Amino acid sequence: MKLSPLHKRLLNDFQQDFPLSSAPFNEIAQQLGVDEEQVLDAFAELTECNAISRIGPVITPNAIGKSALVAMAIPDHDLERVAAVVSAIPQVNHNYERENRFNLWFVLIAEDKNRLDELVARIELQTGYSAMVLPMLADYFIDLGFELDLHD
Amino acid sequence: MIEDAKDFALIAAVQAGLPVAARPYALIAEKIGLTEGQVLERLQRLRQCGLIKRWGVVVQHRALGYRANAMIVMDIPDSQVDQVGRLISRYDCVNLCYQRPRYPGVWPYNLYCMIHGKSRDAVWVQWQHLQDECQLQAYPFEMLFSARCFKQRGAQYARLNQGATNGANPQIPTSNPVAAYG
Repeated sequence: MKLSPLHKRLLNDFQQDFPLSSAPFNEIAQQLGVDEEQVLDAFAELTECNAISRIGPVITPNAIGKSALVAMAIPDHDLERVAAVVSAIPQVNHNYERENRFNLWFVLIAEDKNRLDELVARIELQTGYSAMVLPMLADYFIDLGFELDLHD
Repeated sequence: MIEDAKDFALIAAVQAGLPVAARPYALIAEKIGLTEGQVLERLQRLRQCGLIKRWGVVVQHRALGYRANAMIVMDIPDSQVDQVGRLISRYDCVNLCYQRPRYPGVWPYNLYCMIHGKSRDAVWVQWQHLQDECQLQAYPFEMLFSARCFKQRGAQYARLNQGATNGANPQIPTSNPVAAYG
């Protein structure tokens, strides 16, 4: 999809503070000097073409429950099987292959540390490989969204 | 932070995204038995207390041409890791920056950041720029480009509340990432 100037402003300008008011799309329309209908249509189009995944919250890590990044070193021939075992666990999200001897990286989220440890033990048992658990010790990043270069 | 079961229900209802409609908060309110005003008040409180780190448009990097993403892991002396972490977080190209534990003899790295780019070369250029600017050349690092994505979807927060509220939780729609790389 070819992005219009309106699409680009909607993508870049409302990542940090989308209006928390009764008619937020109308508020945006007024800020940009266009009709509410145009803003609604443009957001629908951006959603349709997957340019945005949602308008909503990014939750601070570990503010709810306990999460950890987990890495595993899996032989290539066994990677798909292990990845499938891991992905099938509801508490897993962001399961990626990365180019490294530790080639499987995923995030686990559980109620608390005990439950997290249980899940890791279950994964090790089911897959036959050990897991390196890497909980966050400090978060340095202030999330202001992602500045897109939309010039090309 | 989270004060009651209604907060959980609200997080669950908004984590897949606001409906694109004239009165989106009223639609959310209707789903979970609150008024529009209560939804707005609660979201403002959760935003102010920092539980919601950011409230807004979440872009899909890949769909917008940012096809390369690398996790860079660094071995920074413990006495300097906070300072370096805060420093590199200020650069626009850096997206996420966490300290994590080392595994001596196996994995010496303690600082993680993510860089997105339109190509692998673009990611390398940004990393080299960051190394120069922040004087990181002396520190060991590895760059882990993503290859396949096996699963990417939101953390299921409502699930965590089971038992605390008699299990009266709405099902959370899945499909989008909410908490990034906890």
